[in-house]
Amino acid sequence: MSEAASELSVLDELPGDLMMWVLIISELLVFGAGLTAFLAVRVTDPVGFAEAQNLLNRTAAGINTIVLVTSGFLAALALPLREAGQNARARLALIAASLLGVLFLVIKGAEFADKAAHGINWESHAFFTFYYLLTGFHAAHVVFGVLILWLVAWRDAPRNIEVGAAFWHMVDLVWVLLFPVIYLLQ
Amino acid sequence: MKYQSQKIAYAYFGVALALFAVQILGGLLAGVVYVMPNTLSELVPFNIIRMLHTNSLIVWLLLGFFGAAYFLIPEESEREIHSPKIAYLQLIILVVGTLGVVVTYLFNLFEGNWLLGKEGREFLEQPKWVKMGIVVAALLFLYNVTMTVLKGKKTAITNILLLGLWALALLFLFAFYNPSNLALDKMYWWYVIHLWVEGVWELIMASILAYLMLKLTGVDREIVEKWLYVIVAAALFSGILGTGHHYYWIGAPGYWQWIGSIFSTLEIVPFFAMMSFAFVMVWKGRRDHPNKAALLWSLGCSVLAFFGAGVWGFLHTLHGVNYYSHGTQITAAHGHLAFYGAYVCLNLAMITYAMPILKQRDPYNQVLNMASFWLMSGGMVFMTFTLTFAGTVQTHMQRVIGDYYMDVQDSIAIFYWMRLGAGVVVFLGVALFLYSVFMPRREMVRPGPIERHRLEDDPDHIPAE
Ligand code: HEM
Ligand code: HEM
Ligand SMILES: [Fe+2]
Repeated sequence: MSEAASELSVLDELPGDLMMWVLIISELLVFGAGLTAFLAVRVTDPVGFAEAQNLLNRTAAGINTIVLVTSGFLAALALPLREAGQNARARLALIAASLLGVLFLVIKGAEFADKAAHGINWESHAFFTFYYLLTGFHAAHVVFGVLILWLVAWRDAPRNIEVGAAFWHMVDLVWVLLFPVIYLLQ
Repeated sequence: MKYQSQKIAYAYFGVALALFAVQILGGLLAGVVYVMPNTLSELVPFNIIRMLHTNSLIVWLLLGFFGAAYFLIPEESEREIHSPKIAYLQLIILVVGTLGVVVTYLFNLFEGNWLLGKEGREFLEQPKWVKMGIVVAALLFLYNVTMTVLKGKKTAITNILLLGLWALALLFLFAFYNPSNLALDKMYWWYVIHLWVEGVWELIMASILAYLMLKLTGVDREIVEKWLYVIVAAALFSGILGTGHHYYWIGAPGYWQWIGSIFSTLEIVPFFAMMSFAFVMVWKGRRDHPNKAALLWSLGCSVLAFFGAGVWGFLHTLHGVNYYSHGTQITAAHGHLAFYGAYVCLNLAMITYAMPILKQRDPYNQVLNMASFWLMSGGMVFMTFTLTFAGTVQTHMQRVIGDYYMDVQDSIAIFYWMRLGAGVVVFLGVALFLYSVFMPRREMVRPGPIERHRLEDDPDHIPAE
């Protein structure tokens, strides 16, 4: 085997989908543990948690939920389109999904900025420690997910699209879990 | 031995094992001081003995990793090591540095000197000039093995091994940065210590285990590689932010308590995966390799690492628990079994596998080697139990009730005696190991009838390569 060929084979054999599943399961474990811890600490101070929660902007978060779910829907369209040979449309769906991701970040950023303007930070209350940890960590994943969507829109082999969309659905799913627990649960 | 330059490993393993002996003697001495506090207190104070014990541990493990790399890379890349001369130069630098360390510690030469004096951060006490020597040696090593791999065949095993070794060297650079602010000092210190043993060393561990499994069980490379990638991903995912479990009480922001607790809990996963990997490979493998002792060490490594690092680590990693147990004998119990299971056993597995090949003889007298495994491991496990008991009592008396530190120490002296006893057993195991690896030139234990029958008649029996 020539050197170039052997080099290729190592990269080729890198099980991207397998790795993505390892990542997705790990992420779900982390967010699951974070939410569980949140709920456990909440038991010790239900009043304080409710008061702190009332300072959140539920409308913005509600809009963000719609934004992200729509984005997930668009990302899910990409694979069937690509498999039907409609490559340009598949790319469009991925880019649109990613732009909604960016919109999510803008709204989220405004929310963070508003908290900061009111002098609220992660030390203000245990509720906010979790709020910043969980939603901040999630926002970091949105950033990462947007980059992945761009990457698979560029390198648009069906397998890549599938892996990228799987990650994006995970980001989506995590938000759908965070939103009710952190913003709504009274 | 397929490649001449694999011979380099022999020199590395030799020096490593010599330091291993020093480490164990240091541990024994420290254990004696614990129960007879005035032992040698004028000549060699406890802190110096402890330093020798832990530093020789780190250095011999590193030498073992280097040796393992020089042994397995030629086979994996299918070519000779780029430059054996550089490899020996690297070893000389490391030996000189080690001797310099020992002399500096023992006689406390150059106290406070910027370049020549010891630096007094646990595991990183080496004077600056030795640290620089280590960096030079690491650069030589990385140059040498990277050139070899670049020119040869690239496999998942060598890729991961190189990734681990490069990261190991880069992280060591934080050892040079020692801010006077104690909180910052600790923060960077853990960048080296934690990110080593719970991050990049795990990559080295996984790739060496994968190599051993490939050789010993004969399973397909493809299967081994899949496992390898999953283990590595899990290790990095959990280990990097897992550093947070050392930031609970050093003055770092409070959110580390949650980040550290959650991510370090996940650190159990890669250790569990490595254990499953080893057993599944043995179960699936068809090769009947004659070096049974190497297989025993490999399996023992994965199991004891899971218990020492995974289970004993988890025991005190949640911040609610660590609030009470921080810095007690529970930490020492965990430190011992984790280092022993993961990295001592790993090196001994590799050495057990490689030595007969390096000496170009059959693996004689496996029984001796295997007995040394049980002695050493039994001793370490018992030591872990005694320290865990000691730590539990200590935590309760000192942290819950609020008794004075020294009063508590007096009341748990019995455990320290038992630890010393366990240490003696470990020492015997080490002596037996060294004997079994270096001495026998012929079979002294004749195989029994069942084994003889199997060797002669079993059609599945495939001799060693
Ligand atoms: C291969 C086996 C061994 C390994 C990997 C090992 C590793 C270590 C490590 C990592 C530490 C630092 C612990 C910490 O900072 O919490 C340590 C300390 C120590 N070790 Fe060992 N050790 C080994 C064998 C022994 C033996 C045989 C003895 C003999 C009794 C011993 C006695 C001690 C003592 C007394 C300390 C100091 C504990 C303290 O400061 O409270 N070790 N060892
Ligand atoms: C092979 C891997 C590992 C090794 C060699 C190792 C070794 C050590 C050592 C030597 C210490 C004492 C450091 C000091 O001097 O303060 C330590 C501390 C600690 N380790 Fe590990 N460890 C490993 C894996 C893990 C894992 C997987 C976990 C968690 C699940 C863990 C949790 C901890 C915690 C919480 C401490 C701090 C104890 C304290 O607060 O006193 N370790 N480890
Ligand atoms: Fe750690």
